[in-house]
Amino acid sequence: MQIIESREQFDAIIVGSGAGGGMSAKVLADAGLSVAIVEAGPHFDPTNPDQMTQLKWPWESPRRGASTTRSFGDFDAAYGGWEIDGEPYTQGEGSQFDWFRSHMLGGRTNHWGRISLRFGPRDFKRRDQDGLSDNWPIGYEDVAPYYDKVDKLIGVFGSKENIPNEPDGFFLPAPKPRLHELYYIKAARKAGVTVIPSRLSILTKRLNNERGVCFYCRQCSRSCAIKADFSSGTSLIFPAQKSGSVQLFTNCVVKEVTTNAEGKATGVSYINKDDLKEYHLKGRTVVLAASACSSARILLNSKSAQHPNGLGNSNDIVGKYLHDSTGTDRAFLVPEMLNRKTYNEDGVGGLHVYSPWWLDSKKLDFPRGYHIEIWGGLGMPSYGFGFGLAEMNKYVSGVVGGYGDKLRDDARKFYGAMMGVSGRGESIPMKSNYCEIDPEVVDQWGIPVLKFHYQWSDHERNQSKHMHDTFEEIFDKMDAIPLGEKPGADKDYGLHNPGRIIHEVGTTRMGDDLTTSVVNKYQQLHEVPNVFIVDGGPFVSQADKNPTWTILALSWRTSEYIVDQLTKKNI
Amino acid sequence: MDRRESMKSLLIGTMAGGVLLQGCAPESADTSAMPVSKPEDKGKYGRTIEEKARDEKLLGSQGFSETELATIAILCDLILPSTDSAGGALDASVPEFIDFIAKDIPSHELPIKGGLMWLESRSNNTFGLPFVKLTDVQRKSLLDEIAYSETAAPEVSPGVAFFSRMRNLTLTGYYTTKMGIEDLGYKGNQPNVWDGVPQEVLDEHGMAYDKAWLAKCVDQSKREDIAEWDDQGNLLT
Repeated sequence: MQIIESREQFDAIIVGSGAGGGMSAKVLADAGLSVAIVEAGPHFDPTNPDQMTQLKWPWESPRRGASTTRSFGDFDAAYGGWEIDGEPYTQGEGSQFDWFRSHMLGGRTNHWGRISLRFGPRDFKRRDQDGLSDNWPIGYEDVAPYYDKVDKLIGVFGSKENIPNEPDGFFLPAPKPRLHELYYIKAARKAGVTVIPSRLSILTKRLNNERGVCFYCRQCSRSCAIKADFSSGTSLIFPAQKSGSVQLFTNCVVKEVTTNAEGKATGVSYINKDDLKEYHLKGRTVVLAASACSSARILLNSKSAQHPNGLGNSNDIVGKYLHDSTGTDRAFLVPEMLNRKTYNEDGVGGLHVYSPWWLDSKKLDFPRGYHIEIWGGLGMPSYGFGFGLAEMNKYVSGVVGGYGDKLRDDARKFYGAMMGVSGRGESIPMKSNYCEIDPEVVDQWGIPVLKFHYQWSDHERNQSKHMHDTFEEIFDKMDAIPLGEKPGADKDYGLHNPGRIIHEVGTTRMGDDLTTSVVNKYQQLHEVPNVFIVDGGPFVSQADKNPTWTILALSWRTSEYIVDQLTKKNI
Repeated sequence: MDRRESMKSLLIGTMAGGVLLQGCAPESADTSAMPVSKPEDKGKYGRTIEEKARDEKLLGSQGFSETELATIAILCDLILPSTDSAGGALDASVPEFIDFIAKDIPSHELPIKGGLMWLESRSNNTFGLPFVKLTDVQRKSLLDEIAYSETAAPEVSPGVAFFSRMRNLTLTGYYTTKMGIEDLGYKGNQPNVWDGVPQEVLDEHGMAYDKAWLAKCVDQSKREDIAEWDDQGNLLT
């Protein structure tokens, strides 16, 4: 097959358009650089009537929003999901890693939870505290100025709390708690668990004249048409396009980074999904932002005489140290909320309050912390509403089962009376948890796919056990009734499969030591100075925080470095 | 870029059509940036080309037989009949929903078909008549055997599982319609300005917002003022 060459050479080719890619595009384009964004999926704009799902009613979907074709339901904005037709991934023995991919402009930022937490000073230096994994080569002070800039550019609500490892930022004001959150606050305080306003990248106040102010429909997962939530497309890529120096290549799957005789990157080759032809795009620099695993896959597939083991991989570290947040959940019924009055309490898309890590790990049988997320309230019904409703009566000595008018009473009785909590914690990055190229399997574009190897350890199991013990303590303080069984050792204490929390990072870790890391502290490949990685791949460890805010801050920092290095002609 | 430009022309509500702020009344939100839906957008719910094709294929394909649907309809009506104030499952077209969902999620299909056969057999054995020919009292006597999982006889357990599925789907099918949502009392899915739990609800639950927490919360009368901070991150506006 003939490879079609681009005539133009871009200053930067960005692979992927999620948080990292979007931020890089914005910074590079604003600096006057010519930028190509290569995105594997279609264009997406939440204001496009053909694509928008915001404010749709459940009956507008014949399946009432069921998750038949989209993993999080019909109205979720993320195309793709845990499985994508024609694009498999495989597992090593005993491994069950779940990989959520969203191929579309903006990627997973179109539907994410918007929880936007800064890593704290301790999060960058975990090895100093527990002797496990490694420190980052940078510290909070290196990233803080960029967190500040991200806060101001994109917007995040929260509150100043002066908690040492939960740095404050430039916050928009927080929304008032909902009723179930008031119950949680009261009970958590009684249980000695810290609780504060949540920190989400949703505009509760006007940030600028380009984006709207939240109108509280709780549908950030549908991507906001008035741009009151952070999605990479609406908040970064569309503004970056105003410079006129950004070219979008959608439906284009990058195969590899190409290199010249000196081993320097010359651009990327990609398959155009629409005509199935292979193209080559020329760039002075290549910025990988395809997501931790996809960027690792591109590097590993970029084999050449100069880089026989894949790009930047002579030390065999690419793909290693893959790690996701830990996660486990429990639901419960609050008898005091049975038969509650209804009113519009949609609020923002997600929690209004949360519990940051409040304990000292030195006194516990697991090394690292977790935070607690809270969910519940008078939500909009969709497919699944009412399932098991008649059985709920067993928790309140009602008649289990039945039909007729009794069911209507049950529906009203239990509506909004259930709530849930989710623990999201820090796992230990381990070399033995990794992805590699499966030599025997290719996807429909002919590109070799990833094979995953991932096992949890007792560090994570003990942490999950602690989460469930804490949950029950909190339920107890509000006289709530836990639903279902408390998961025991046989179920790994309810730990979700690795990958399930969709915070996978670490595959192209950052470090000063060339033998144990893939990129330097500017997220530049040690071995190929004009290739950078701005997704979650460079994370050395990931805190119990959601990674997006740190991806954005580091991408900004790296992009400024790219501008500097190009200006100085160092790359 | 082209697409984005073309979208702009669809934002015809800017200024004119949207619900604009009335003074600084916190109960209304500025929705002027929302695209105004046009007649040709009716029926759209953000499908990709592949998803749309799949929907059309399923909607055009044969689901349950007429006989099966007749029994499904009777069951739906018994599970959620109409009341003085609200329509029932039949008014909300729940049988049509069940017909669709069994095509969309095939794991429903066999248990429903088999369950219907089980019910038919039970009806014939008990009353010597097919289910559709039974009186209301007879039908209810059959349902009473299978609608209460804790007390049901072991020999009707297949019926219990079947009825549980029908009840689940009927509830979901009903409460995801306009009628069901109104009956339930869900009041959201519309632009508004959240300013906390209504006072009478707080009182009823013995709850109150504490002052220190409220100080961190948004003053909705200033929501349209552009955010500015001092160097320490204190909000000035």
